[in-house]
Amino acid sequence: MVSGARAADTRLEAELRRLAGSVSDPELPVLTLEDLGVVRAVHVRGAGRVEVELTPTYTGCPAIETMSADIEQVLHEHGVAEVSVVTVLAPAWSTDDITAEGRRKLTEFGIAPPRPHAADGPVSLTLSVRCPHCGSTETELLSRFSSTACKALRRCVSCREPFDHFKEL
Amino acid sequence: MDTAAALALGDDALVLSHRLGEWAGHAPVLEEEVALANIALDLLGQARVLLSLVGDEDELAYLREERAFRNLQLVEQPGGDFAHTIARQLYFSGYQYLLYERLAADGGPLSGLAAKAVKEVAYHRDHAEQWTTRLGDGTQESHRRMQRACDALWRYTGEMFRPVEGLGLDAEDWVLLDAAWTARVTEVLTGATLTVPEGPRADAWSAGGGREGLHTEPFGRMLAEMQHLHRSHPGASW
Repeated sequence: MVSGARAADTRLEAELRRLAGSVSDPELPVLTLEDLGVVRAVHVRGAGRVEVELTPTYTGCPAIETMSADIEQVLHEHGVAEVSVVTVLAPAWSTDDITAEGRRKLTEFGIAPPRPHAADGPVSLTLSVRCPHCGSTETELLSRFSSTACKALRRCVSCREPFDHFKEL
Repeated sequence: MDTAAALALGDDALVLSHRLGEWAGHAPVLEEEVALANIALDLLGQARVLLSLVGDEDELAYLREERAFRNLQLVEQPGGDFAHTIARQLYFSGYQYLLYERLAADGGPLSGLAAKAVKEVAYHRDHAEQWTTRLGDGTQESHRRMQRACDALWRYTGEMFRPVEGLGLDAEDWVLLDAAWTARVTEVLTGATLTVPEGPRADAWSAGGGREGLHTEPFGRMLAEMQHLHRSHPGASW
């Protein structure tokens, strides 16, 4: 029976993880936390008690508090009496954790998605950032820092529009 | 977690975060305003993690007296002109990058934070190095000011490599960190047509003592500003 109960817990954890992952990012509402890759694990700790492991994009990201509150709320709404969201730092989040779906949504929203890292090492400099408005690869960096910690500010040389780039981390 | 180690690294991050925040509304261009605030935010995030390891973050930040802070004297130095802020960033982010890189690799109690923070600090270091190059190899005036700033802060750089207890590094490690830091800063300054300062870094005439709670005069004024709201309105929130 123990293994049967464990299997039921595992199914429940998968369902709860889906719910936690469905929460929108408060600063980039076009993305869910699942798209962003910040929900690390969901553990059932007993009847009606659930622990969610959340990892911040940047150590100082102020959105993490809203994310935690939103996760608690959605799980409460689905009948979980006691939710604790814990912040985990290791392994460190990377922009490679953003899903393919997340990258597609970012582009649609007008934010150039991060480039994938090489297997071992930094982003190749030869891989250009594509303008999310006109698709041109002729873009230039205006500032490594932009409206939030996770973005850089760029400008398209072809269509002249400035745009945010989700910078590689 | 070793309290002295967490306070040393946490206070460095907290104090420099506050100093960078002083640029809000004063930076030379809007992009720099945003950049300095972003760097300050990264540092504040690191400070919160580190201070929370050894106590209540708010009490530690807002209710300690000057002598209880363990930050380097370098990070408490006033922003000065933009060149001083960039020189401070160049010296400190280079140190922080090497230290976090080292701590990330050793699997100790700070390795999780260090592995995360080193990726953020890579951007801070890059920002400082690019500005050092632009200002040093820029106009006569920017060159003069950048050199002046690098010279003025040089005496505070030796303190960064005095061993901090509880980090799991031995004397040899600190010597290696210092050598790697010196090599990199020398390369950046030389590339920027600047002269590597020659003043004392580590002997009797150098600055230092922040890790023992001895701070320079501007730090008291900074703390007064940083702490007065919390002390005047305990427990206030909005």
